[in-house]
Amino acid sequence: MWRDAVLVAGKDLRIETRSRVALSQVAPFGIVALVLFAFALGPDRQVMAKGAPGLFWVAVLFCTVLAIQRSVSVESADGARDGLRLSGIDPAGLYLGKAFAVAVQLVVLEFLLAVGVILLYGAHVEVPWMIVVSCVLGTIGLAATGTLYGALSAGLRVRETLLPFLLLPIAAPVLLAGTKIWQAALAGGTPGDGTQWLRLLVVFDAVYLAIGVALFGPIQETA
Amino acid sequence: MAPAALPSSAVSLRDAVALSGRFPLLAGVDLEVAVGETVLVEGPNGAGKTSLLRVCAGLVPLASGHLSILGLDLSHHRVDVRRRLGMLSHSSHLYDDLTVRENVRFAVRAAGGDVARIEPALARWGLVGRLAKTQAGRLSAGQRRRVALAVLTARWPELWLLDEPHAGLDASARALLDEAVTEAAASGVTVLIASHEPGPVESLAGRAVTVTGGRVTAERTLAGHVVPAAPSAPAAPVAPSTPAAAPPAPSAPAPGGPGAGRHVPAGADRPAATGPVAHVA
Repeated sequence: MWRDAVLVAGKDLRIETRSRVALSQVAPFGIVALVLFAFALGPDRQVMAKGAPGLFWVAVLFCTVLAIQRSVSVESADGARDGLRLSGIDPAGLYLGKAFAVAVQLVVLEFLLAVGVILLYGAHVEVPWMIVVSCVLGTIGLAATGTLYGALSAGLRVRETLLPFLLLPIAAPVLLAGTKIWQAALAGGTPGDGTQWLRLLVVFDAVYLAIGVALFGPIQETA
Repeated sequence: MAPAALPSSAVSLRDAVALSGRFPLLAGVDLEVAVGETVLVEGPNGAGKTSLLRVCAGLVPLASGHLSILGLDLSHHRVDVRRRLGMLSHSSHLYDDLTVRENVRFAVRAAGGDVARIEPALARWGLVGRLAKTQAGRLSAGQRRRVALAVLTARWPELWLLDEPHAGLDASARALLDEAVTEAAASGVTVLIASHEPGPVESLAGRAVTVTGGRVTAERTLAGHVVPAAPSAPAAPVAPSTPAAAPPAPSAPAPGGPGAGRHVPAGADRPAATGPVAHVA
């Protein structure tokens, strides 16, 4: 399983470094979303700083949808998904590999978006470690759910519109927990304010990774 | 529970029915292919040839009937079986952003194959020099087909499922393909070739089955590779660069001998298929 996961992750990341879709299209999209949010909130820096945590995670969610769609489309071209099935690759390894590749891209995107939030919204980070941990855990959760639902929608002609419809409600706990943790981290609250939400993210990640490992194979065969 | 297939059977389909929605892809196929045999699956467009191969690869599930591949029930040993078969289909299964060599390397490693066979396979199909470093997205259809064939020959699985293998290939690549199939058959590999134009590939097969309306409706003996006398365990894979073992002694009627070229209707006791038969490309 792990050998296959490394193989698939390496393949997906190599494809991404060649095509640069995440950096040249998804990242600019996220930054544009942050700018538009700033326009919508108006010039009041206090309002923008207050809304920064939620707007950051909404932008991350939008970028996740695009990253997952890209991950799915890579396997849709030229029957590559059938090729993977025919190779006899371990489905759990395939799932973990694709999720890891998406997670790496999301980490880079989140870094860029976090810089954007600090510069555009004037947010001040008071507890940096909470920001980092929330991003790591949130990324795992988004990659785990996104890869699973991406596979679910992969065989459908309406996957581009179905994926956001399926994924965004499922990812709501990540949005909620991530926002609460960021609020605590930016407002200079005590770490205890965010730790219960960190625990929620840990549980969310564990549940969806387990579901993905167990169900990705059957989904691949039926989707 | 269906009885286990004989160890000598590479493909065993009994009353196999496969559906795409409500459309029958296979409407009760009975087919036995011995280990080491090369069989041509012929029939018109939409007859169910591709579906038959896809069912054998486990890409299309059976709605009813029994299927065993290389002596294993595909529904229970899907990963094991797939690692032992290779399929050349209409799609090349390539990633446009990876180079030719990277595509072959990934496919071989994903299937648990021997990476030492990659370079000989690339050389065999003329995928050397700059071409090996070219991204697959920049290749012509014929070149993509060669890459898919390089994957197949680098893996050298026990069962080859070839769907219209000559499609998109130039004369030299067709000759290379025929050579590879002959070499594979001689080394004990089982080969199923689906083609709506049997002429060019007839010489490779020892038997032809005609698929019409999702059923095997006729069978005839050909002059190509015939079943080994006493097939036992699947032959060990042979590296393309290594000369194949001497072809096993034929046990089926010799070319031109009794039975050669004669038509044997199969499934004559069953009424002809009715209703549309969908074709999975």
